[in-house]
Amino acid sequence: MSEKIPVTVLTGYLGAGKTTLLNRILSEDHGHKFAVIVNEFGEIGIDNELIVGADEEVFEMNNGCICCTVRGDLIRIIEGLMRRKGKFDAIIVETTGLADPAPVAQTFFVDQDVQDQARLDAVVTVADAKWLADRLRDAPEAKNQIAFADVIILNKMDLVTPEELREVEARIRAINPYAKLHKTSRCAVPLDAVLGRNAFDLDRILEIEPSFLEVDDHDHHGHDHGHDHGHDHGLKHYHDEEMQSFSFLIDGEVDPARFMPWINLIVQREGPSILRSKGILAFKGEDKRFVFQGVHMILDGDLQREWRPDEKRVSKIVFIGRNLKEDDLRSGFMACAANPAQ
Amino acid sequence: MQPEFDEVYDTSLVGAVSQFNAGAQVVAAGFLANKPVLALADGNILLIEPNQRVAAHPDGAVLLAHIDDQRVVTGGDDGRVVVTRADASTLEIGNEKGRWIDALTVRNDGAIAWSAGKHVRARDAKGVVKSHEAPSTVRGLGFLPKGYRLAMSHYNGVSLWFPNTEGAPDVLKWPGSHLDLTISPDGLFCVTSMQENALHGWRISDKKDMRMTGYPGKTRSFSFSHDGQWLATSGADACVVWPFQTKDGPMGKPPRECGVRPFKVSQVAFHPEAPVIAIGYEDGWILLCRLADGAELLVRAGLGEGEELSPRNRPSVSALAWDKGGHKLLFGLETGEAGILTLG
Repeated sequence: MSEKIPVTVLTGYLGAGKTTLLNRILSEDHGHKFAVIVNEFGEIGIDNELIVGADEEVFEMNNGCICCTVRGDLIRIIEGLMRRKGKFDAIIVETTGLADPAPVAQTFFVDQDVQDQARLDAVVTVADAKWLADRLRDAPEAKNQIAFADVIILNKMDLVTPEELREVEARIRAINPYAKLHKTSRCAVPLDAVLGRNAFDLDRILEIEPSFLEVDDHDHHGHDHGHDHGHDHGLKHYHDEEMQSFSFLIDGEVDPARFMPWINLIVQREGPSILRSKGILAFKGEDKRFVFQGVHMILDGDLQREWRPDEKRVSKIVFIGRNLKEDDLRSGFMACAANPAQ
Repeated sequence: MQPEFDEVYDTSLVGAVSQFNAGAQVVAAGFLANKPVLALADGNILLIEPNQRVAAHPDGAVLLAHIDDQRVVTGGDDGRVVVTRADASTLEIGNEKGRWIDALTVRNDGAIAWSAGKHVRARDAKGVVKSHEAPSTVRGLGFLPKGYRLAMSHYNGVSLWFPNTEGAPDVLKWPGSHLDLTISPDGLFCVTSMQENALHGWRISDKKDMRMTGYPGKTRSFSFSHDGQWLATSGADACVVWPFQTKDGPMGKPPRECGVRPFKVSQVAFHPEAPVIAIGYEDGWILLCRLADGAELLVRAGLGEGEELSPRNRPSVSALAWDKGGHKLLFGLETGEAGILTLG
C-alpha cells in the first residue's frame, strides 16, 4: 500500500537477545533485502550487504518542545541510504540496550525528509524472561522499552518455570497491555510477527489491536508454543508504581470542540511523562472515525474510515506513561463527551 | 501557493538543452578540465565528453562530491575519499574503514577536508593530513578563504580549526543541529542550514548571530553570487536570496524571492559572472532567474499538471553547475536524467 520504506526498530535491554533476533531475521529465506542500522559492528554473524554503523546522537529540536528529541544520525543515514534506492526494501534499526525508543520514533514524525521516504513500522522489544523482572526494578531504560513497544518478544522462556513466565508476563502487562506479546526461546518467532506490522499506520490501529475497543482483554492467545496455560489461570494483576497504562471509554460521542483543545493541552503539559497515546473517537456529527496516536508531545491524528452500521459509536483513548495522573486524565476526557448525561 | 499557477514561460531555453540519461541518481555536477562531469550515486564518475564511466567507488555509493577544474573528489559509503582526474585515473586519499563520509570540502589550492562521524581530516595541498575530533558528528565543512582554516558544523554550532596549530578551535555557538555549511567568498560570514528548517549565520569577526527563518523545508543547497553580495538558498517554494552587501550581512533586511512555483526548490547555482540564478525544483523543473527583475527562463520542464510527487516518483533536481565562463549549465536529477544547457 505505502511506497515508503518500512522501518522496524529493535530495542531490548542488554543481553535480552536483540542480536539473536536480528540474525534470525537476516538469515531466514524471506526474499527481503534489508538495510540494517546497528550500533556495534561485528555482532552480526550474517553477511548482509548493507550494514551501517550508527552513533545514537540524540538531538533536541529548537521548537519549544522539551521532550522533542530526534536521532540526528538516523536522519543522516536514511538520507544516505537513499543513494542505494532499490537495493533494499526495508530498514531495521537496532538500538543499544540502554536506548530510549522515543527519539527514534519521533524522528519519523518530525523530519520531513525522512517522512517523505520512510515510515516507522513498529517498535519491537526483546525482553529476557529470566531477568526482565529485575531490570524493571533497577533499569528505567528497560521499563521504557516495554512501555513503548508495539511487539514484545519475551525471550529465553526455556530458562524459567511456567510460573515464572506467567509472573513476568503479568509484570509486562501491568506496564503495556496493548503490545503483541510472543513468548519464545532463542527469538524463534515468525517474521511476520516482527515485520510489516504497520503499528504506526493510523488506518491500521484497529486491525493490529482487535481487542482495542474491548475492555480488559489481555490478549494472550494466538502465540502458543506448547506452553499455553489456558485462560483459567488468568494473569496476576500487578500495578507498576511508576509506569502505567490507562484507557478511558466514553460510551458514545465526544465533542471535537472540547476534545481537540483538551488533548493538545494534555500532551503539551504531560508530554514528557506520556510515552505513547492512542485513541479512536466518534465525533459528534462526523460519519468517520477520528484516530490519533502520539509519542510524548507529538500527535498524529486524522479522520479515517466511516463507522460501520454494526459498530457502536464509542470513544476510547489510551495512555502509557510514567506517573500519569489518572483522575485528571479521566475527568478531562469524560468532560469531552458530547452528551455528558450518557 | 497559487492554485492556478501559470506554468507558461515567455522565453524558453529548452531548445538549447541536450538531455541524456546518466544511468544512476546524480549526486553532483561540475566541469573538470572544462568538460562536463557527473558524480553518480552508484559509485561511478561519468565523464560525459567522451562518454566514460570511472568506478571511483566500486561496490559503494557516492554520498558527496566536489568537482572543479582540476579534479573530482568523492566521499562514499565505503568510507573512502577518492580523487578522480580528467585522464580517468583515481587515487584514494582517505579511508575511514567503512565509516560513511559525512562531509567534504575542497579548496582551490588543492587542500581537501572530509569527516566521518566526529572525525575530521584536513589534507593540505602537499598531502599532509591532520585530524581533529569534533564534539559531535560533522555535517558540513568549508575552508575559509584566508589562511589554512577549516569551519565544521556540528550539534550546537560551528568550530573553526587551524589544522596546522595545536590550539583548540574557536567555536561559533548556536543551539541545535547544524547541517550544511558555507562561507562567504570574502570570508566574513559563515552560514549553516539547520534541522529546524532555518539558516543560521555568524559574522566571524565578532560572532554576531544572524537568524534566517521561514523555510518550509530544510535548505540543502546554497550558492553565493560571484561578487559575494547575495546568497541563494533552496528549501522554499521559491529561491530565497539573502543580501550580503554590507558588513551586517542580511540583518534587518528582507530576502528576495525569485522563481516562485508550487514546488520546493532543491538546488540553486548562481551564474559565475552575472546576477542570474539557476534554480532546480523537486518536481524536475529548472529555471534561470534574473535577480534584478525576477525574469524567468525555462530550462527544463519536469512533472506535468496532475502528476504528483511520491516516494517512487521524485524527479528532484539534485545537481546544478555552471562552467567557468557561465556559458554552459550542467544538471542532473535523482532519477538519473541529466542535461546540458548551452547559452549562445
